[in-house]
Amino acid sequence: MKFLVCISLVPDTTTKISFVDNDTKFNNDKVQWILNPYDEWYALVRALELKEANGGTVTVVNVGSAANDQVIRKALAIGADDAIRIDVTGEADSFSIASEIAAVAKSGGYDMILLGKETINYNGSNLGGMLAELIDLPFVSYASKLDMAGNTATIERDIEGGKEVLTVDTPFVISCAKGMAEARIPNMKGIMSAKTKPLNVVAPQGVGSLTSVVKYELPPAKSACKMIPADHPEELIRLLHEEAKMI
Amino acid sequence: MAVLFFIEIADGKVKKASFEATSYAAAYAKQIGKDAVGIALGTIDDAELAALGVYGATKVLHAGNKEFDSFDANEYTKAVADVATQVNADTIVFSQTLTGKAVAPVVSARLKAGIVSGAVSLPDADFVVKKTAFSGKAFAYVKVNTSTKIVSVVPNSFGATKGTGTATVESVTLEAAPNRVTVKEVTRQQGDIAPLPEAELVVSAGRGMKGPENWGIIEDLAKALGATTACSRPVADLHWRPHYEHVGQTGVAIRPNLYIAIGISGAIQHLAGVNQSKCIVVINKDPEAPFFKAADYGIVGDLFEIVPKLTEAVKALKAGQH
Ligand SMILES: Cc1cc2nc3c(=O)[nH]c(=O)nc-3n(C[C@H](O)[C@H](O)[C@H](O)COP(=O)(O)OP(=O)(O)OC[C@H]3O[C@@H](n4cnc5c(N)ncnc54)[C@H](O)[C@@H]3O)c2cc1C
Repeated sequence: MKFLVCISLVPDTTTKISFVDNDTKFNNDKVQWILNPYDEWYALVRALELKEANGGTVTVVNVGSAANDQVIRKALAIGADDAIRIDVTGEADSFSIASEIAAVAKSGGYDMILLGKETINYNGSNLGGMLAELIDLPFVSYASKLDMAGNTATIERDIEGGKEVLTVDTPFVISCAKGMAEARIPNMKGIMSAKTKPLNVVAPQGVGSLTSVVKYELPPAKSACKMIPADHPEELIRLLHEEAKMI
Repeated sequence: MAVLFFIEIADGKVKKASFEATSYAAAYAKQIGKDAVGIALGTIDDAELAALGVYGATKVLHAGNKEFDSFDANEYTKAVADVATQVNADTIVFSQTLTGKAVAPVVSARLKAGIVSGAVSLPDADFVVKKTAFSGKAFAYVKVNTSTKIVSVVPNSFGATKGTGTATVESVTLEAAPNRVTVKEVTRQQGDIAPLPEAELVVSAGRGMKGPENWGIIEDLAKALGATTACSRPVADLHWRPHYEHVGQTGVAIRPNLYIAIGISGAIQHLAGVNQSKCIVVINKDPEAPFFKAADYGIVGDLFEIVPKLTEAVKALKAGQH
């Protein structure tokens, strides 16, 4: 089975977010980029597990510039067989990225396309649904469990206020959430072999964005915390009722 | 031309998030001098839909096909995209719920309509919309450059504004798209406690609880308040609590009115998912816990002593209100 895993790069989770150029650009200075946790922990690792159980190949795809290569190699170190980077520099919205990946996905004949449920920087949850639409495949969102029997997948996924179990035949697009797999740490052998695994750079289609970011803003600073003595916790409830009017 | 909004239904009732989507669509429709028209899929009483008039809906289109009673992204997408074309929708409003997240992007790609997902404000005259970004650590203002636009609104951000009025309900026949997935089983969370993304009151606990056997005091407090329970990531990883309770940067991002954090240190990844709560209360025995910097109210002390007393105080307050 041929697996394609979409990987995105995001600022490390401990990054203090700030902006430059009159708050129109994200401040890249000193930012450590990592694989989007959902893509890495759930989509990539589950694809690798399925490949290990049933055979096949796992390809990762990223849309971005050469600066991403080092982080893409981490996906190879974890176990992906090869990588494709669609060479895009500068800003692109989820539609533009989905369109670029769609071109690669169409020509590659993949049985399953996996990605994380969202990125932790834009939190759009857009890519999977758009990609599925652009290549006319079924889309299963927020999967927490995925098992294969032949060409049929049995998937457990989160729906509003509960869970759903469904079956779908390959090929399909699936977005992955917690529960799918356990994060893996690359070992020495993986790290060494990643250096020589293919990382193919392909030219973009040049599909434009439908939206653009005009500016960014940080949330307003919190005013000082009001402390309540531990021997009078009921005072908190009074304040929440009378002052904050929350309860 | 109309502002179309998508209505989510569960067990024959309009979901709370959709009241907010209705208010949002109505406010924007008013701003541009158009009507707010809803689309409802599946079994529901027309009276329930007409009642959306109080939130500003002018009209609701109802496709009662049984197929729509179980959720299928493919079918829902076709239905919404078809109706959007029929009513010549200028803007389509979704809620940023699991259903919205599964459908809105697909509709966006189908109609080549730019999308802002996670909106927390109305579009301005240039269609620039404020949205959450960096998992709650910042906001981005996104401009949509296409003629048809899609906005997906974060629950509990814009608010539902109640007025008066009734919407006319018109039934429409929609051809359901072929089902490409087969649903085998649906399990719903029991009870009438709001799911986390929609919850207004949340009681959350962390590793300071020492073990899952101690969660009774958290559940008691949540019950007294009518709040939904949540937890930090290690708590879910240790299987002390179900994974859907995990909030934070890599869990559910929430923005309740009140977030009570008990025995949670306030790591940056945890704060990212909860710092848009309107009021934050922190209970921690460590006065240096970073969470206090993000809090509105705090108590330094032993949670095992404090939490039961809070529950008593809430019960006393509620008893006094009756
Ligand atoms: C990539 C990445 C993503 C992450 N994503 C998330 C995420 O989405 N959500 C998340 O929550 N975490 C996330 N984390 C983990 C995060 O960094 C913290 O480790 C985690 O939030 C800590 O959980 P905690 O506060 O429950 O536990 P601890 O940090 O162990 O804190 C326990 C707290 O309880 C207090 N305490 C102990 N006993 C008592 C008592 N008797 N009375 C009162 N207080 C007491 C202690 O003083 C302490 O402050 C992520 C980490 C990484 C690296």
